[in-house]
Amino acid sequence: MSDDELIWRIAGGSGDGIDSTSQNFAKALMRSGLNVFTHRHYPSRIRGGHTYVEIRAAAREVQSRGDGYNFLLALGDSFARNPQEEAYYGNEEIKPLSENLDELREGGIIVYDEGLVDDEDIEEVDLEERAEENDWHVFPMDLRGLAKEHGREVMRNTAGVGVTAALLDMDLEHIEDLMEDAMGGDILEANLEILHEAYDTVNEEYDFEHELRAPTGEHDAEQALLSGSNAIAYGAIDAGCRFIAGYPMTPWTDVFTILSQNFPDMGGISEQVEDEIAAAALAVGASHAGVKAMSGSSGGGFALMSEPLGLAEMTETPVVLIESMRAGPSTGMPTKPEQADLEHVLYTSQGDSQRVVFAPGNIEEAYEQTRLAFDIAWDYQIPTIVIYDQKLSGENQNVDVEFFDRDVSPDLGSTLTEEELKEAAHDASGKFKRFDYNEATDGVVSRSIPGQKGGRYLATGNEHSPVGHISEDPDNRVFQMERRLEKLEKIREELDEERDSTQTYFGDEDAEYGIITWGSSQGAVEEAIGRLNEQGHSVKGISVSDMMPFAETEVTEFLESVDEAMVVEMNATAQFRGLIQKELGRFGDKMTSLLKFNGNPFEPAEIVEGYEVNLADEDREPTAQVRIEPVAGD
Amino acid sequence: MSAFNAIGEEREIDRDEFTPGVEPQPTWCPGCGDFGVLKSLKQALPEVGKTPEEVLTVTGIGCSGKLNSYLDTYGFHTIHGRSLPVARAAKLANPELEVIAAGGDGDGYGIGGNHWIHTARENHDMTYIVFNNEIFGLTKGQTSPTSPKGHKSKTQPSGSAKTPLRPLSTSLDAGASYIARTAAVNPNQAKEIIKEAIEHDGFAHVDFLTQCPTWNKDARQYVPYIDVQESDDYDFDITDRREAAEMMHETEDVLNEGTVLTGRYYVDEDRPSYTQEKEAVGEMPDEPLAERYFDDDAEWERSYDLLERHT
Ligand SMILES: Cc1ncc(C[n+]2csc(CCOP(=O)(O)OP(=O)(O)O)c2C)c(N)n1
Ligand code: SF4
Repeated sequence: MSDDELIWRIAGGSGDGIDSTSQNFAKALMRSGLNVFTHRHYPSRIRGGHTYVEIRAAAREVQSRGDGYNFLLALGDSFARNPQEEAYYGNEEIKPLSENLDELREGGIIVYDEGLVDDEDIEEVDLEERAEENDWHVFPMDLRGLAKEHGREVMRNTAGVGVTAALLDMDLEHIEDLMEDAMGGDILEANLEILHEAYDTVNEEYDFEHELRAPTGEHDAEQALLSGSNAIAYGAIDAGCRFIAGYPMTPWTDVFTILSQNFPDMGGISEQVEDEIAAAALAVGASHAGVKAMSGSSGGGFALMSEPLGLAEMTETPVVLIESMRAGPSTGMPTKPEQADLEHVLYTSQGDSQRVVFAPGNIEEAYEQTRLAFDIAWDYQIPTIVIYDQKLSGENQNVDVEFFDRDVSPDLGSTLTEEELKEAAHDASGKFKRFDYNEATDGVVSRSIPGQKGGRYLATGNEHSPVGHISEDPDNRVFQMERRLEKLEKIREELDEERDSTQTYFGDEDAEYGIITWGSSQGAVEEAIGRLNEQGHSVKGISVSDMMPFAETEVTEFLESVDEAMVVEMNATAQFRGLIQKELGRFGDKMTSLLKFNGNPFEPAEIVEGYEVNLADEDREPTAQVRIEPVAGD
Repeated sequence: MSAFNAIGEEREIDRDEFTPGVEPQPTWCPGCGDFGVLKSLKQALPEVGKTPEEVLTVTGIGCSGKLNSYLDTYGFHTIHGRSLPVARAAKLANPELEVIAAGGDGDGYGIGGNHWIHTARENHDMTYIVFNNEIFGLTKGQTSPTSPKGHKSKTQPSGSAKTPLRPLSTSLDAGASYIARTAAVNPNQAKEIIKEAIEHDGFAHVDFLTQCPTWNKDARQYVPYIDVQESDDYDFDITDRREAAEMMHETEDVLNEGTVLTGRYYVDEDRPSYTQEKEAVGEMPDEPLAERYFDDDAEWERSYDLLERHT
């Protein structure tokens, strides 16, 4: 494994400020010219419990967390925190060290807070022996004491960052800038003092025998460090969305929070309501009344949205729903990612259900496909769903600022103005023929908005006549159904012909072997393919985003062009592979699956290993917690 | 320029405007109380000066939910129990719309009970008419949340073991700022109450007693009603929560004994509506959000400013 990269892990208790510290440090690395990727690991509790954030930084592109890491800053003290001076630190105290040692690479660095752990504890984890075996460089330092001396002990994070910078031979400039942006007055003063003292102490008191230094790099354009949830929220804002209704559920809460905090300033409305049925129904109501609206949830909440989703389909009310997956079934593992709600999202709701589903694979795609989801929804009067997961939701990556389209598109698609309504077809009573199948283009009949003159009609979740009256007439039923079904075909054509492909490809076109993936596993697959090809294999990859309508042509071509393919996804039942077989009706005997469902995302090495086992050595079990699912046959 | 210039236009409004042309004809059973609600709405709407295009009626599912199929306004016939969340959002998106939600007692007090309580709590400015026939009509006569204790139906053949829900008191506790009960057999009162409810700025809940001659043959709505405002026996201050609460309790007690009391029970003109509350905390746009999409000159805030905090 190359060490032209820094993978810095800060570990502690949740509530320790791990998040904000790592966010700032990642930004400092980004500002110094590096590409960064952050990975967040946390348990489902508010304070205490072991948590860490990893920042991977390199001059080259970084699309996923690495395999293991090479710098540990073990802080944690809030496991059993007592606000009194003589705080009692429970015996979970040692966890930031003990829990993290297994994945630390050879030659790695450990900085731990001497002020918080006793020598006995250190002995207990055999730190010395293990350090020797692995050539780790251990730097104990009284971060807490140092922080207390200059300010408050919570500022030990800053001390840790100062130590890191010194050990890696980094400039403090960017870190100082960020601190100045984030705080002021005495707090800033104290933090700067702590930062410098930590930095100087290391430089004065330690010899550097280790090799690891912060890599150096340079960006061509200004960078922004964003999470997947930021990208989805900003995609929605730029798409002209100004109404959101929701009910909190991890990890969807992130998107909901970001929009709730920004909408008041941009004249939008956010509503936290009584449950998810209401949330999605509000989005439908707001959209019906003429606003670009959205809602969303995680699996359990999305289950409740099945009803209003169907209503949106039948009444042809555009709406965007976000489904942020976590491990299930039921409440599953609230803070752990999984890609196991695919079938739930594709097929929930009764009847011959029609919706559009996009599964972005990284931060940029999350932004782009959210915009696309709004465009398609309002052009075709159909609900669209963006499905992503806890991993993509929380990880941060730098993106060129230039990437972001800066135009808000408040276009309501296939919606008529009052002028246009005058020309539109009406029935004898003066009602607007909202669902006139004779007037449809690509299955779509233009709509009116309540309040508009000449646009009166009835929207109903029952099958309905051209003016919207409940109808069980067989001919009308068939015409209306066929018309609605036509939309998906037209959307497929539009995605194929007019849009840049939402699928992402890796590797050499002529490769013999293929890896297929979707959603947030994309980054790890990309990196694994790079490594496999460096090792002399011949592998290419496709990461699919169009789930419904399915990316039929592209996946067919891909599968036809390889001898065998491995489908990589984070679930136990190979849902995506099932979708491919269902949609294409063949290739069952060409595909195996690599599955992971232990709550942690794939690391590139696991995919490399899965490939090796799958292809080369049928009898060997992969060592990582992944499972090979053999070919199915057609 | 407003895209919705139907709103705010002043002219004489003809009652016929709310009646659709030849189709569809109501599919309600002969003698159904639902006709009474339709009629009182058709009478009330022109009198409050609303054109059909300024009105959005949002209904649930049930015989009651078909109301807007027979009423010529903008209409949204939603799903069982979900009229209120749809209606709330439409009102937030375009506060100039006159929003009227309607549904049955199964729809509104049963499956949609959670939404009802929260809509009342938030005091959204809308009218909510519940067709209370104490039975599930459309699904053929099952026990509803307002069916009397002991009521026998196909799904509760030994008689309901449940105490009926008390819609007036529940609505008051939840926060509705206008609460009345009327009956289909009492058309003059019904029209006046619907008018008041529409004109009220806040959540106006009308529990509308409707007979279901098909499934609820012993329905107490057939007995003579007493108007609490007209009768000297009932004297209370409708602006006083406690007095109103007491009167509601009495009404709900005697209904179980077979006496039907109707009228206005509570009016709070001072309580701000939800949009006003949202304005007060700075979370409500100045102009109707829906109109902005049709306004070419509208200024749209852009998200790239948000990027600055990420650089
Ligand atoms: C989710 C759901 N559950 C059940 C039904 C079936 N359903 C339709 S109407 C109705 C009851 C209607 O009773 P009520 O609301 O009292 O109205 P009424 O027909 O008496 O006017 C039921 C249970 C449905 N449409 N949707
Ligand atoms: S079943 Fe009852 S509520 Fe339904 S239409 Fe007939 S009488 Fe009216």
